[in-house]
Amino acid sequence: MNKTILIIRHEFKRMVTRKLFIILTLAFPLLGLLAIGLSQVFSNISRPATEEKAFGYIDEAGGFGSFTEQEGVSLIPFDTQDSATQALIRGEITEYFVIPEDYLTTGVVFRYTLARELEIPDRTQRVINDFLVSNLLKEKITPQIINRVKAPMQLVTTRLTPTGEIATEQGGPEAFVVPYFFSLLLMLSIFFSAGYLLEGLSEEKENRIMEILLSSVSPTQLLAGKVLGLGASGLIQILVWLVSAPLLLRIASATIGGLISSLQIPTSLVILGVVYFVLGYLLFAILLAGAGAISPTVREGQQLSTIFTLVAASPFWFLPFIIENPGHTIVKAFTVFPLTAPVTVMARLGLADIALWELSLSIALLAVSVAGGLLVIAKVFRIYLLMYGKRPGLGEVIRSLKNA
Amino acid sequence: MPSGKQRFAEVFAVEVDNVTKRYDHRAVVDDISFSVNHGEIFGLIGPNGAGKTTTIRMMMDIIKPDSGSIRVFGETLGESTKNRIGYLPEERGLYRKLSVIDSITYLASLKGINRELARDRASELLKQVDMLAHQEKKIEALSRGMGQIIQFIVTIVHDPELVILDEPFAGLDPVNTELLKEMILDLRSRDKAVILSTHRMNEVEELCDRVLMIDKGKQVLYGGIAEIKSKYQSNSIRLDYQGHLADMPGVVAVHHHRNYAELILDAGTTPHEVLKQLAATGITVRRFEIMTPSLNEIFLKIVGREE
Repeated sequence: MNKTILIIRHEFKRMVTRKLFIILTLAFPLLGLLAIGLSQVFSNISRPATEEKAFGYIDEAGGFGSFTEQEGVSLIPFDTQDSATQALIRGEITEYFVIPEDYLTTGVVFRYTLARELEIPDRTQRVINDFLVSNLLKEKITPQIINRVKAPMQLVTTRLTPTGEIATEQGGPEAFVVPYFFSLLLMLSIFFSAGYLLEGLSEEKENRIMEILLSSVSPTQLLAGKVLGLGASGLIQILVWLVSAPLLLRIASATIGGLISSLQIPTSLVILGVVYFVLGYLLFAILLAGAGAISPTVREGQQLSTIFTLVAASPFWFLPFIIENPGHTIVKAFTVFPLTAPVTVMARLGLADIALWELSLSIALLAVSVAGGLLVIAKVFRIYLLMYGKRPGLGEVIRSLKNA
Repeated sequence: MPSGKQRFAEVFAVEVDNVTKRYDHRAVVDDISFSVNHGEIFGLIGPNGAGKTTTIRMMMDIIKPDSGSIRVFGETLGESTKNRIGYLPEERGLYRKLSVIDSITYLASLKGINRELARDRASELLKQVDMLAHQEKKIEALSRGMGQIIQFIVTIVHDPELVILDEPFAGLDPVNTELLKEMILDLRSRDKAVILSTHRMNEVEELCDRVLMIDKGKQVLYGGIAEIKSKYQSNSIRLDYQGHLADMPGVVAVHHHRNYAELILDAGTTPHEVLKQLAATGITVRRFEIMTPSLNEIFLKIVGREE
C-alpha cells in the first residue's frame, strides 16, 4: 500500500481516538442541547414570579383613576404617602409612585422602592408610562389611537435583492449570530487540528522517532500523510457540527421560539464553511509543520506557532469594527489576506454580501499560499527535521533554503 | 574501470564511493569509500563526532551527499531500497502512548510489508526475546532496556537484507547485551549484511569481520580485523612470572605493570627465542603471550601520528 495512505490512516486513527478530540467534537451539540434544556427550566421558574406584581400610587394631580392593570401589574391607589410606605414595607406592593399636583406642567413623577437598582427597569418604565398616557388621553381620542400613541410602530424590514425580489438571507442579529458562531468553530477546529500536527511533529522530533520514519518514507510523504490524516479528522469534526447545528436549531426554535426561531443556516455558509476549513486548515497545518520542523522541543514549537495563531485570530479583535463597516477597505484586506481570510469571511457572511471578486480573490490567494507554502516547508522539512540543537533564526532558515 | 564496477555492483550490499558532505563549508564526511559484503558484520568506527551518523544517514537517503555516489544492492538509492534496509538510529524513541505490537506493526508497514505479516513476524520475534506477554503494553510502561530490544525488533521485522545499527549496545545491561549480540550474529548466519557503528572498540573486535575507521570525517583505516592487527603488531610479549627477571639479549625494554611485565623485542628477535631464554633462566612462567594491539590502541596510534 502507498506509504502516504498508511501515514494518513495512522494519524487519523490516533486523532479520532483521542479523548480531547471526542470531547470537543461532541461538546458543541451537547452544550447546545444543554442550553435548550436550561432555558426551558429557567423560563418555567421565572414566569410566575413576574405575574404577581403590584405598584402603589398617590394621585395628587387628579384624574388618574382608570387603566389600573398594565402588563400584568396592578396599580393600587393610596391616599397618603405614609400608607403607601407601610404597604411597601409589608410587601403588599413592590414600589409606589407619586403624581404631584404640578405634574402636567413639569412631568415629574416621584418613585419609591426598596430595591437598589442600577437603572430603572424597562418594565416599570413601560407600566407607568402606559398608565399615565392612557389616563391623560382617555375620552379624548379612541382607544385604538391611544394604543398607537403608546407604541406608534413595529418595524418589519424586508431585504430585497438588486432585482427586486425578496432576498433569501435577511439581516439583523439573527443573521449574524450563525456566521459569528461558525467563524469561532472554524477557528477552533483549524487550530485544534493544526496544533495537533505541530505537537505530533515536535514530539516525534523530540523523542527521535523521526529518524526511523525518515529511514522508511520521504519527508514529503511524511508531511502529506500527517497533514491529510489530521485534516480528515478535523473535517469530520466540522461536519458533525454542521449537521448537528440545523437539528439543534429546529429543536430550539420549537421549544424556545423568539430570536432563535428566526435563525437560519444558509447553504452558502455551509459550502463556504467547508471550503475555508479545508484551505485554512491546509495553510495553518503547513505553517505549523514548518514551525514543528525547526523547533527541537514541543514547547518551542508551540511558542513559535503562537505568532500565526494571533494573526489568524486578529479579525475577532476587530469584530465590532467589521460589524459596523463591512465594506471598509481594512475589512476587505482582512478578507483577502490568507491568514485572516477564513475567520473574516465567515463573520462577514452574515452582514453583507461579499463581492464575488473579493471571494474569488480570497480563495485564490489562500490556495496559492497553500501550494507555495507546501514547496517551501517540504524543503525546510528535509533540512531541519533531524537537527536537534538550537532553533535556527529566520535569517538562517532563509539562507539554508537558498543553498538547498 | 567501468566494467569492473558494474560487476562488483551486484556483489556488494553497500558500495560507497568518494562521498563528501559539508555543513557550513566544513567537511563532516570527507572523501570516504568502502564496501560491505553480504553475510558480514562491518564495523564503522571512530570517536563521537567523527562523521559516522552522517555517513549512515546518507546511506539511508535521509540526507544527500554533496559529491560521490552510494549504491545499495547495486542500485542508486530510492524509496524501494529503503524497504530492504533496517535502521536502528543512535537517538532512539518510539510512540510512548502506542502499544508494543501496534508500534512494531505500524513501523513495519511503512517498510512495505502488509499488516498481517508484520503482526505475525512481530509476535514471532517477541516470543524469541521472551517478551510476548508485553505485546499489548504501552511503550511508556516498558523499561529502557526492553524499549531498546523492541526498537531492535522494529529494525529487523521486515527481514531486511541490510541492517544498520548505530551504537546498538549503548545503555544496555549485560543480559540484554548478550541477547542482542546473539541476534546480530544470527543475522550474519542468514547472509544479511550488518553495519555496526560504534565508538567502543571491544564490541567491534568481538563481532566485526572488517572495519572502516574514520576520524574527523576522514578515512583512517580500512580492512579485515586480523589483517589490520598483524599490520600494527608491536613485537612485544606479555609475561606473567614469579622470580627474578634478568636482562636478556634481544629485549630492548621491560615495562612493569601491576600483574605482568611487557617485554619489547628488537626487530631481529622472535618470541620463540625469548621463550627459550626464559626457560633457561629458571623463573616460573605463568603466562606467555604475544601481544597484539587492541583496535583502540591502533586508533590512538594512528590519530596520534597524524596530528
